[in-house]
Amino acid sequence: MAHVKPYVADAQVQASVNYPGELVEDWHDKAISRMGELLGKYRSLRVFMDACVHCGACTDKCHYFIGTADPKNMPVARQELMRSVYRRYFTLPGKLVPGLVGAKDLTKEVLDDWFSYFHQCSECRRCSVFCPYGIDTAEVTMAAREILNTVGYGMKYTNQILAKVQKIGNNLGLPGPALEDTLSGLEEDIEMDTGVSVKMPIDVQGAEVLLVTPSADFFSEPHVESLIGYAKVFHQAGISWTLSSHASEAGNFGLFNGNYEQMRNIAMRIRQAALDLGVKRIIVGECGHAWRVAYAFWNTLTGIGAGGDDPFSIQLQKQLDPRYRQPMHICEFTHDLIKRGALNLDKEANDHRIVTYHDSCNVARASRMGDMPGGQFIIPREIIKAVANNFVDMPMDTIGERTFCCGGGGGVLTDDLLEVRVKGALPRMEALNQVKENNKVNFMATICAICKAQFTKVLPFYGFDMSMVGGVHQLVSDAIQLGTKE
Amino acid sequence: MSLLTIIYAGLFYAATVILVGGLAYRIYEYRKTPAPLNIPTTPAPITPVGAKLRVWREVLVFESLFKSNKWIWLFGFMFHFALALVLMRHLRYFTNPVWEWVVLVQPFGMYAGFAMVAGLLGLWGRRLFVERIRYISTPSDHLILLLLIGIGASGLGMKFVAHTDIVDVKSFFLGLMSFNIHPLPADPALLVHLTLVAVLMIIFPISKLLHAPGVFFSPTRNMADNPRDKRHLAPWAAELEK
Repeated sequence: MAHVKPYVADAQVQASVNYPGELVEDWHDKAISRMGELLGKYRSLRVFMDACVHCGACTDKCHYFIGTADPKNMPVARQELMRSVYRRYFTLPGKLVPGLVGAKDLTKEVLDDWFSYFHQCSECRRCSVFCPYGIDTAEVTMAAREILNTVGYGMKYTNQILAKVQKIGNNLGLPGPALEDTLSGLEEDIEMDTGVSVKMPIDVQGAEVLLVTPSADFFSEPHVESLIGYAKVFHQAGISWTLSSHASEAGNFGLFNGNYEQMRNIAMRIRQAALDLGVKRIIVGECGHAWRVAYAFWNTLTGIGAGGDDPFSIQLQKQLDPRYRQPMHICEFTHDLIKRGALNLDKEANDHRIVTYHDSCNVARASRMGDMPGGQFIIPREIIKAVANNFVDMPMDTIGERTFCCGGGGGVLTDDLLEVRVKGALPRMEALNQVKENNKVNFMATICAICKAQFTKVLPFYGFDMSMVGGVHQLVSDAIQLGTKE
Repeated sequence: MSLLTIIYAGLFYAATVILVGGLAYRIYEYRKTPAPLNIPTTPAPITPVGAKLRVWREVLVFESLFKSNKWIWLFGFMFHFALALVLMRHLRYFTNPVWEWVVLVQPFGMYAGFAMVAGLLGLWGRRLFVERIRYISTPSDHLILLLLIGIGASGLGMKFVAHTDIVDVKSFFLGLMSFNIHPLPADPALLVHLTLVAVLMIIFPISKLLHAPGVFFSPTRNMADNPRDKRHLAPWAAELEK
């Protein structure tokens, strides 16, 4: 297959994220020693290396396996690429009788397989739902990528982005002035469209809310439609808000590479922006992995959250308003406003659409919204039903906690991997086709920048129109009646 | 005392030390390795008590496996549940007088042996004939199943085909427990049974049988979904804040 292996990062890219520029001479020893370190730092990896019994529960659950039929894309086989090496170097039977227990030396061929197959995992956690021990291949993939990076065998796409966000503040590498230009252009567009002056503030000291959103929202279609939606919601609710040029990115590719320090450095920009601007609330835009990092990791990494009892977290937490969830998802925010009747919505504005909803993997299986488990499935759907008359769900085994990844998550969203992306989208495309045929669905809403970019690219391969995909707040944007409430 | 008795006494002392010591060491390792980030597979319980219950549902009814595949669940559950009954029944050889609840379990435990072997054969059949599972199987996966089938079959053989002198067997094990060794009957089925059990005990802490303690330590199952309300911080991660 072509396009199944990403480009290797060159020396310059590697240096910009503090990894060796090329495969180091003693890569074998370095890789094993890094694996040993990670086994001591992550209980997940430590337990997952031992606990698998090869029962087969996960074998038919991965969208890349379903799409490619490559047996090495079965979650257990992907894990086994690392587990066989773990057994060889860290367990007694693997040292004594490697053939019997499936233990393997770390050869260059094995390392090449790592590079190929740990970049055909989108860290979507679907396999972990079905594993009797909760083994999460994402954890193994992250560790493998960290080991690959440590020996100088990094992936170009992800590492380039990691360099940009740490230098400039967002994944697209947009400097502050370019961002300001874009935002004022969008303000003009909205005013032309609606006759109402809706602001897109940036770096406003003392604003109530800091909005952190994926940088794709500033430039890409259909992402920007949701950004317009957020702005209209803030406008009608009369809540002061701001973006930050220092922290103009919600996406955190540090997660994809399993590098805690990098993930923390990137998240720290948001803490810094919140402290500098003096905001009371932090709200996160439509982005899947970003919401995972924000919801599940920000409190740990940066103190954005509640319940901290150390000076580092208290410094920020005493500034944030404890009456609100910190951080809050934009869908939680809009949903609360809808429930309080604070938004004037005209459902008929979306009557030309028959809408379905794609649960993004990391929102579904690695985070939550609202007070109860599963709120991440209910809240976006309730928003859609409040702004549109026609809503249909895709088949049950393809939504909720069983949702299929779009095929482009976890650092796979690069054209080097186009074939993998197209094939990985197969299960979602089949589910979409079913509701298209049966219910005439013509719009798939989702709340992830990667899902939006991935579907825009792969929908045409399956005979769909690329404009079928869009954000939940794109629907909100079309339904909200500006000038009627404020 | 016969050489045979000495060999089996030594074997079981060694196997017990390896099983208990090995498992204790593994559990120590799992405990001391921090879980630096909150990673429950969601939707997850939002309280620590709820997370504990989730783990116990995995242990007792194989909740996630049930979601995945009804055949693997059926054979896996049949084997493990039957094994539990069989193990309970075997307590009669290690207690004097036999505990009352063990007496109550006795009839179920006897026939559970058949369910156990049937479950194992089902699992092995899948491993042999389902292509995906055959692909991921190592030789040790087959051998461990064979080992367990051998234990079950030799045990059933002694119960239902050719009886062994169970009174002597009991006095051997009670003797081992009080370091006062009594002779072991030289019955082939018994010797096969005991040898295989000792092998199982020895490989337990160095094989995939570690899924038994592992499931209790799996962060995707035992962590509560409460990261916005509680700050999780591993010791090595806290160092980064200094």
